Amino acid sequence: MADVIQPQLTTDDDSEGLAATSISPGKLAFKRYLNHKGAVVSAVLLAVMVLFVILSPLTARYGVNESVFPAVKDGPRNDFLTPRSIAWFGTDDIGRDIYSRLIHGLRVSLVIGLAAAVFSTVVGVTVGSVAGLKGGLFDDILMRITDVFLAFPFLVALLVTRSLLVGVEWLEPIVGKPSSVRFVIVLFVIFGWMGVARLVRGQILSLKEREFVEAARALGATNFRIVAKHLLPNSIGPILVALTTAVAGAIVGEATLSFFGYGPQPGAGQTSLGLLVSSSKQALLPGFWWLVIFPCGLLVLVTLCINFIGDGLRDATDPKLDIGGH
Amino acid sequence: MLRFVIRRLFWAVPTVLLVTFLVYVAIRLGTDPLASYLRINQRASPKKIQQYIEFNGLYEGAGGYVRGYFKWLGGFLSGDWPRSIKGTREVWPDFKYSMFNTLRLSGIATILGVSIGLSLGVFVALRPGSLRDSSVNTAAFVGLSIPPFVSALLLQMLFAVYWSRWFGESLFPTSGIYPPGHQGFDLVLMLKHLVLPVTVVAIQVIAVYTRYMRATLLEVLNSDYMRTARSKGISERRVLVRHALRNALIPVVTVAAIDIGAILGGLIITENVFSYPGLGKFFLDAYGTGDFPQLMPWMFFFTVLVILFNLLADVSYAWLDPRIRLG
Repeated sequence: MADVIQPQLTTDDDSEGLAATSISPGKLAFKRYLNHKGAVVSAVLLAVMVLFVILSPLTARYGVNESVFPAVKDGPRNDFLTPRSIAWFGTDDIGRDIYSRLIHGLRVSLVIGLAAAVFSTVVGVTVGSVAGLKGGLFDDILMRITDVFLAFPFLVALLVTRSLLVGVEWLEPIVGKPSSVRFVIVLFVIFGWMGVARLVRGQILSLKEREFVEAARALGATNFRIVAKHLLPNSIGPILVALTTAVAGAIVGEATLSFFGYGPQPGAGQTSLGLLVSSSKQALLPGFWWLVIFPCGLLVLVTLCINFIGDGLRDATDPKLDIGGH
Repeated sequence: MLRFVIRRLFWAVPTVLLVTFLVYVAIRLGTDPLASYLRINQRASPKKIQQYIEFNGLYEGAGGYVRGYFKWLGGFLSGDWPRSIKGTREVWPDFKYSMFNTLRLSGIATILGVSIGLSLGVFVALRPGSLRDSSVNTAAFVGLSIPPFVSALLLQMLFAVYWSRWFGESLFPTSGIYPPGHQGFDLVLMLKHLVLPVTVVAIQVIAVYTRYMRATLLEVLNSDYMRTARSKGISERRVLVRHALRNALIPVVTVAAIDIGAILGGLIITENVFSYPGLGKFFLDAYGTGDFPQLMPWMFFFTVLVILFNLLADVSYAWLDPRIRLG
């Protein structure tokens, strides 16, 4: 790794030597990312999966609720078929193709993951910046609230907040019905921002006394400009990593909620990874293994890929991690 | 040191009161105890309903919440707990039963998980970049990415459903702590029922601690005082045990204390999948019916536990790390 940033000492022309070695931070991070094999493989895998989802009219062989062939009385049965050529991953209790449903479900799960992660990061960065820069009472209150929330078991805090949101009628136009996808996203944003806020606050606290911030302030930069132009770009690495893990967290969170029957019911025309995994509970005892293996496998694969990408980003953006390791 | 502990303990009391009050308000607003009571007991007489409101302190209005909270707290602390709304059961015996089941499961899983995780972490940190390092690290990463209910489902499928198809009978039971209808105590049977749930919880604990121990030990091994210790001529073994491990364990202990919430969160899921009658199932059942008299003791218990363990983390950190000054 060190040889990448080492200046090439050329005797005849100093400026040329420097020009050859000036790698932008972005390029350097990219090179480091490529060194993490797991992260590269994961990025490719995830890209393939996303392509499958985007091209779902081409890749999905059947509609969400379409059975592989219409069930006819006294005809061949279409339910609980083992994997075969007309249904690569088998069919479920009413003859729907698991392979196609996984693609449709992954789309909803990815939307939940991305939306929850992006919104909670935006809220977290805003609150964390204000807390880190202003300090004082606001900072104290914020840290105590996050302490309490982060200490409680995830599911307990989620369920209690969920019932709080359900109880308030005037919130329904904003957060949607408890069974909607939007509601779950709102729920995850309510929890997700706190971790990011703590992280950003810590970053800003450690950066704001540095000389370059002082220099910017001396030049008359406003607080907003200092945060946006100097502090946040310097902590973009950890924020990106947190964003990535938040995507995986929201996807698993949706699956967990669905598993206990408190998840989104994305409607007749849709399904989600969580719903597919939770419906495998019933398939367990009769031994319909394909209804368990494929949804669970895809869920693990997606979270694993996203987590690996996060790990690669950490390696790529954290200058302290240069030695040893992967 | 003692002053620090006493001051923190002193502050813990108002924190507990404030947090439990907020939890009380959240539960009352969220689950609407009266509505769920009427839903379960549809033919309750007005007198019974009045009694329920009176006994639980479910007064109306903003002031009613404060009054109701203290009414509830008084009853809770004096051991005069209101009965559950479903079947008017006494709450404490059920709670105690669940608590001991959970303690058994989490105790075994945590001890196993932490010891295996820490040893693995040390084992791989000594050879960073080697094959065993990367394979263990990747395995831990995979372990972290598998949600507990997925690993529970897969284990159930393998060791119960398919095992019984291949070999006639299932290797491990998949639910409860005893087979239905079992009476009395049977250690072997109990342990058999514990194997799968303990595995599920332990996977997560092992993964977390392996990674954490590896990271902290690597950091310590690269520090200046390790060089100093070696240059003094101390044996490598002594350097490792007295200097490296002791310092690497400081942050691990702190994480262990704070992590209690995460471990219990994993327990709720695991217990539910295995129908294990512990505190997690107790909570989910109570939440499902909106059983206020069962929910509040549970939440109170957890709040106290979490605050206590946070306190423990701070104190142990201050005690273990001489660099920390107690202001």
